[in-house]
Amino acid sequence: MKFALSAFLFFFTLAVFAQDEDDDLLSLIDEEEETVNFTAASFKTNRIVNSHSLENTANGVLDFKISHRFGFVNTGLYEMFGLDNAQVRIGLDYGVNDHIQIGIGRSGFQKMYDGYLKAKLLRQSTGARNMPVTLTYLGAASFNSLRENIIAPDLEGFELYHRISYVHQFIVGRKFNDRLTLQLMPTLLHRNLTAAPEFENTVFAVGSGGRFKVTKRIAVTGEYYYVLPDQINTDLYTNSAAIGVDIETGGHVFQLHVTNSTAMFENGFITQTVGNPFDGDLHFGFNISRVFTIKKPKEFTEDDW
Amino acid sequence: MILFRTLLLLATVSAFFTANAQSKYYTRDGRVSFFSSTPMEDIEALSNDASSVFDIKTGKVEFGVPMKSFTFEKALMQEHFNEDYVESDKFPKAKFKGIFEFEGDFDPAKAGEYKVIAKGKFTLHGITQEITEKGTFTVSDEGNLFAVCVFHVKPADYDIEIPSTVRDKIAKTVEVTIKMNYKPLKR
Repeated sequence: MKFALSAFLFFFTLAVFAQDEDDDLLSLIDEEEETVNFTAASFKTNRIVNSHSLENTANGVLDFKISHRFGFVNTGLYEMFGLDNAQVRIGLDYGVNDHIQIGIGRSGFQKMYDGYLKAKLLRQSTGARNMPVTLTYLGAASFNSLRENIIAPDLEGFELYHRISYVHQFIVGRKFNDRLTLQLMPTLLHRNLTAAPEFENTVFAVGSGGRFKVTKRIAVTGEYYYVLPDQINTDLYTNSAAIGVDIETGGHVFQLHVTNSTAMFENGFITQTVGNPFDGDLHFGFNISRVFTIKKPKEFTEDDW
Repeated sequence: MILFRTLLLLATVSAFFTANAQSKYYTRDGRVSFFSSTPMEDIEALSNDASSVFDIKTGKVEFGVPMKSFTFEKALMQEHFNEDYVESDKFPKAKFKGIFEFEGDFDPAKAGEYKVIAKGKFTLHGITQEITEKGTFTVSDEGNLFAVCVFHVKPADYDIEIPSTVRDKIAKTVEVTIKMNYKPLKR
């Protein structure tokens, strides 16, 4: 009797167990290792407004960017509030792999050629590896191709290297949730030539920026750079600020914004912003991004099914 | 005597267990691909990370695929898919739970192609719908099981919003092909 009871209990337990099993078949094989879950889409594109965002162009993707800054809106009706004048930067960004992005650009402002390399050192992730922030390094150089007598009419011994400036920047940021991403950008710039000898060739600045997603396809963005004191001609230059809206439509991202900076490369907008936003020296501007897939993911090239 | 009984019991139990286990098959690298075709644009994505367990005895089957495992030809499509359409952070997996009903007898020991109907609950984007779809089951000469099923998924049925600007580019019905290479589940 005792045996029968214990046997009954045993089979009953087993039956219950088996029942559970049948109701959740997948749990039978769910002892898989936890994977690293990288945070994606911290920003809609690789720029906030003027500044780089912590986001890279995806691996194998070419991003063609056209950026416009109209004239100052306080120029009035005669200049159609700035629309009669425009500064343009045309650029190409390319994602070499999941970590490295390179790019080139040409700006009308100072007839500047610029090139950069952007490398992700840390990627924000959860899961098997928990990383609270993304850390990116940006290294850029720009070449001023204005005629010598425009760049430095009074300078004797003007050399080719005087046309070049360099930028080193770390971007550290975090996507806090679906909507909010914030980043800080400690920046070191070096100009081989300054407007006058009393100004520093090497300039330190700290930037901050972020975005807030309003809907799935619209986000508000902003950025501000603070240049540490006693380095640049503050009678002439001021800190760069911008606020904008990102609008995403299929293959395009439109960025519309208002900024006091005219240039669209680091050395330009960080150290050579002339507009005083409180006097209405504001540019209306836009960046248009169009992406092209150059390199298909390997899943689409090596098909074994 | 007690020892003998216990042994007998254990033997029975383990026999029961083994019989139970041998009827189950699984995969961890099943392929799920989907295809959306419109005159404007063809969109294709695939994942090799689907897992599934199928019990021959009961016909019960389950599969799951992590949404983030889908690779698209265009990275931007992949971002939109995860961020805007299926909201992968909120709903990380698509799942099917149901049964395979064979038309006629199914003998896993006999090589050949068997027609099958998949019936059950399909969950995507947090919404569960009853579905009935056709598929085939192939037993190879080596005794491997291979299942192919095509699900016809209407994004609208799963509360997946498609904005008017891209409405012409995304098909009303997306063809989802599920391929499972089953192996016996041993424990």
